[in-house]
Amino acid sequence: MTKASGTILDAAQQQPRGGESQEGTGTGWETVIGLEIHAQLATRSKIFSGASTAYGAAPNTQACLVDLGYPGVLPVLNTEAVRMAVRFGLAIGARIARQSVFARKNYFYPDLPKGYQISQYELPIVAQGAIDIVLEDGSIKRIGVTRAHLEEDAGKSLHEGLPGLTGIDLNRAGTPLIEIVSEPELRSARDAVAYMKKVHTLVRYLEICDGNMQEGSFRCDANVSVRREGAEKLGTRTEIKNVNSFRYVEKAIQYEVARQIDILESGGKVVQETRLYDPDRGETRSMRSKEEANDYRYFPDPDLLPVELGEQYIEAVRAALPELPDAKAARFVSQYGLPAYDAGVLTASRELADYYEAVARAVPGEPKLAANWVMGDLAAALNKEGLDIDAGRMTAERLAGLLARIADQTISGKIAKEVFEAMWSSGESADSIIDTKGLRQITDTSAIEQAIEAVMAKNPAQLAEYRAGKDKLFGFFVGQVMKATQGKANPAQLNELLKKKLPG
Amino acid sequence: MIHRHTLAQLAAELRARKLSSVELARAYLERIQASQPLLNAFISITAEQALAAAGAADAALARGEGGPLTGVPIGHKDLFCTAGVRTTCGSRMLENFVSPYDATVVSRLRASGAVMLGKLNMDEFAMGSSNETSHFGPVRNPWNTDLVPGGSSGGSAAAVSARLLPGATATDTGGSIRQPAALCGITGIKPTYGRVSRYGMIAFASSLDQGGVVTASAEDAALMLREMAGFDPRDSTSVDTPVPDYVAGLDAPLEGLKIGLLKEFFDAGLDPDNERCIREALAVFPRLGAKVRQVSLPNISLSVPAYYVVAPAECSSNLARYDGVRFGHRCKEPRDLTDLYKRSRSEGFGAEVKRRIMTGTYVLSAGYYDAYYLKAQRVRQLIAADFQRAFAEVDVLMGPATPTTAFAIGAKTADPITMYLNDIYTISANLAGVPALSVPCGFAQGLPVGLQVIGPHFAEQRLLHAAHRYQLETDWHLKIPERFA
Repeated sequence: MTKASGTILDAAQQQPRGGESQEGTGTGWETVIGLEIHAQLATRSKIFSGASTAYGAAPNTQACLVDLGYPGVLPVLNTEAVRMAVRFGLAIGARIARQSVFARKNYFYPDLPKGYQISQYELPIVAQGAIDIVLEDGSIKRIGVTRAHLEEDAGKSLHEGLPGLTGIDLNRAGTPLIEIVSEPELRSARDAVAYMKKVHTLVRYLEICDGNMQEGSFRCDANVSVRREGAEKLGTRTEIKNVNSFRYVEKAIQYEVARQIDILESGGKVVQETRLYDPDRGETRSMRSKEEANDYRYFPDPDLLPVELGEQYIEAVRAALPELPDAKAARFVSQYGLPAYDAGVLTASRELADYYEAVARAVPGEPKLAANWVMGDLAAALNKEGLDIDAGRMTAERLAGLLARIADQTISGKIAKEVFEAMWSSGESADSIIDTKGLRQITDTSAIEQAIEAVMAKNPAQLAEYRAGKDKLFGFFVGQVMKATQGKANPAQLNELLKKKLPG
Repeated sequence: MIHRHTLAQLAAELRARKLSSVELARAYLERIQASQPLLNAFISITAEQALAAAGAADAALARGEGGPLTGVPIGHKDLFCTAGVRTTCGSRMLENFVSPYDATVVSRLRASGAVMLGKLNMDEFAMGSSNETSHFGPVRNPWNTDLVPGGSSGGSAAAVSARLLPGATATDTGGSIRQPAALCGITGIKPTYGRVSRYGMIAFASSLDQGGVVTASAEDAALMLREMAGFDPRDSTSVDTPVPDYVAGLDAPLEGLKIGLLKEFFDAGLDPDNERCIREALAVFPRLGAKVRQVSLPNISLSVPAYYVVAPAECSSNLARYDGVRFGHRCKEPRDLTDLYKRSRSEGFGAEVKRRIMTGTYVLSAGYYDAYYLKAQRVRQLIAADFQRAFAEVDVLMGPATPTTAFAIGAKTADPITMYLNDIYTISANLAGVPALSVPCGFAQGLPVGLQVIGPHFAEQRLLHAAHRYQLETDWHLKIPERFA
C-alpha cells in the first residue's frame, strides 16, 4: 500500500517559503476559509455494525443487514470509534462532551440505505479545540476547531463500466468518520493546506485514521468567501465539496477566490451554493444552490442512547496519548539542538520522527548530520521512488552505519553520497561497500604528502605561477591531489599539508 | 375443546405428554383456516413449517427435553421479522419481503419451544386503531364481525379472542396491544420501554414501540413475556436489568396494594356503560385487600397531541428506507431516481402511512422543529413526571383502556382525529415508557370492556399479579365469542 501523502517532501512543503504572495493580498480583498475535514476512523468494524471496514473488497461484500438498512435492524455503537474521537479531542485541547447525542440527518440518496445518516448535531462529542499551523512567514497561527463529531459514512454510487446505470456499493456505508470543523480563521489557500496537513499529521500520530487520501480516508469540504480588506462582515460563501488531495485543496481554493473576486469586482453577487472541484479543468463548478439544498430535519436518533463519558474514562484516554507532533518538535529542538525547521520536517509523521531518532541515537553526537541526511539524500531517494519511510528500503540501522563512517572520518561527506547510492541500489551495508570499493579515506599524513609531492612534480608550471602569487591555483592543487587519491584524501588534512608544501 | 385451555394449561399438558404438539397444531390450524374468510386475522399461515416444528417439539418432549413453551402454538404480529417467512408489516410496500433473519423476540420464543402457526394481520406499519389500514384487508372482531377488533395488533387480538391461538406477539406504540385486547375481550400487556428487544421488530416510532403479548389470561401473558423479555445487545435501548420470573408469585395475596384511580380517564369521552364496567371492576380490588384512591395526572390531556407529533416524526424517518432501491415495492420502469422514489413510495404506502409521513416531515422541518417536536418532547417529560409523582403515592394506576367498545368497520375511517382519540387512555404510558396492561372486565351491550392497569418502570410483575388475582375472582377472561366457543 502506498500512501498518497505523508512523504517527507510533503512535510517540507509545509514549511515557509518566501516570495509567493497570498491570493487576495494586495488586491484589497481578504480571503476567509473554514474547512470541514472528514477522517475515516481506523476501527476494524463499522460504527454501528460488526461488518469489516477493510478497503477494496468486492462491492457489497462488506455490508451487513444493518449497513443495508434492512427492516427491523438497529444500530449498536462501536465504542472504539468513541475512544478515537476522544483521543482526537484531547490532542487538540478540546472540550470532551460528558454527554453527546447521535442525530439523524434525513435525505434520500441511493447510497444512503436508511434514508438518513446517523451523525451528531446539537451535542457533538468534541468542541472548541485548537490547532497551530506555521504560516508562510514562519510565524505560528492558532486555528480554532469549532467541533468534531462522529458520524457514519455513506456508500458509493458507481458509474464506471455501467453505461446508463448507476451501481451502488455499500461497503463504505457505516464506516466511522470524525468530521472536524474549523473556525473560518484560515486566510489563504496555503493556510488551508497547512491546516489540513497538520490535521492529517495529527490523526496519523494518534493512529485513529490511516490518512489515505486516494482511498478517501481523509477528505475535506472547504467553505470559501472573500470580503474587502478591513471589512467585518463575512462575504457570501460557497462550499467546495469532497476534495481529497492537498494540491487540489490549494488549487480549488485559489480558483474559487479568484472567481469570487472577479464576480464582486464586476459588480455581481456571489451565490451561496455547493460547488465541485474538477481537477482536470482546474476549476470549481456549481453542484446545487442553497434553494436546492435539503432540509435535513435533524432530530435525536431514538435508536441510540446518548454517549455518556465519565472523568475516569477521559483521563484513561488522555494517559494513553502518544507524544504529539508539536511536543515532539520542541523536544527535537531542545534534545538534539536542531533548528525549528528541521524539527518541524522530521516530526511531520510519527514514522519519520521515529526513524530520525533511531538514526540519531545510533550515531551519538551527530544529530544535525543525521537530520541533514534524513531530510536530504534519504528523502530525495524515497520520494523519487514514491516509498514510505517505513518501507524498509533503507533501515535506520543502515543509514546510521553510513553516518558513523562520516563521523569517524573513514569517508568524507562527498564519498558518503556515493556510498549511499550504492547502499540504496544494492541493499548492502556502508562498511562492506566502503571496503569492496576501497573508499576508506586517506588520513595518513605521509601518504597525502607523497601524493602532493607527485602532483607538484607533475605540474611545475602551475607551481611556479602559484609561487609567483597566483593564489587561485590552490584549488587546482586540491583537485589534482583528490583526483590522484580518488577523492579519498582527508580534505582538512590535505588543505593543511598543501598550505605547508606549496610555498616551498 | 382443547382451544378452551389456556396457554399455561397447554404448556403443562404438553410437558406431561397428555397432548401432542402436532395434534395441537393441527387443531388450531383447522380453526385458523376455517375462520380466515370471516376474521382475516392472518396474513400468512405457515402450516407446513408449524407441523415440522411441532413434530420436533414432540420429539424433544419425548426425550424429556424442551423449554417452558415447547410445543405451544403461537402467532407473530407480521412486523416481527421471521427468516424465510415473509414479513409484510401489513403493507403493499413489503408484500413480498422475506426477511433474511429472525427478530430477537422470534428467536427467543422459538428457543423456549413455541411453535409458530402464522403471521398476524395488523394496521399498515402499525399505524391505526382499527386494523382497517392493512393492505391485506381489515380484521373483524370475533364478538361481532361487523365491528373492528381494534389496532394495530388487530390480527393478534382477534386470533386469541376467537381461540385460534392461545397467545400471540403484538406491539404497542400508542395502545396497539391494550386497545385491541380491550375490544376483543382478552389480556394484553405492553411492557416497559426497553424490556423487550426491538431488534427485528419493524419500527414505526422507535422511542415508543414496545413488543408484548396478547393472551387469554394474565398468567399466560406472564409465561410468554418471561420467555421474550430481557436485554439484547443488538438493541441499544433494551435495558440490561434481570427479568423476574413473572409466573412465580402470581397467586400471592394482593394485601396492601395501593391502587390509584386515574381521575382524568373518567372524563366526558368515556362511554357510561364502559364506565360502569370499570367501576365494578375496581370494586373487586378492595375485597382482595387493596386500597383504592383517586390520583390525578394533570398533564395527561396533552398526551394525544404530543404523541401525534413524536410518533409521525420518527415514522417519517424510519420509513425513509423504503425507497424501492434495495427491498420492498419498486415501481415499474422508473424514468429516473426521483420517479423511482416517488412512485415506489406512492404505490407502496397506504393513505394513513402517507398522512403520518407527511405530518412527521412537517414537524421536523426547519422553522417548525422547535414549535412541534421539541415542545412535544417537553410535554413527554411533563407526563413522565406526572407518572413519577403518582407512583410515589400508589403502586399501580387503574382506569379504562378505551373510551368505548368496538366500533363498526368504516365508522371512523373518514375522520382520522376521531380515530386517534380512541387511543386517548393508552398513549400516555407509551410517552412515559411505563408498562401497562388491559384485562377483560365485563361487557357493555354485549361487547367486551378492558380495564387498564399501569405501573412504574419494570413493574410488569406487579401488573400481572394484580391482573391475575382479579382473574381469579372473575371469569370475564374465560368468555369466548359464541361462534368460536
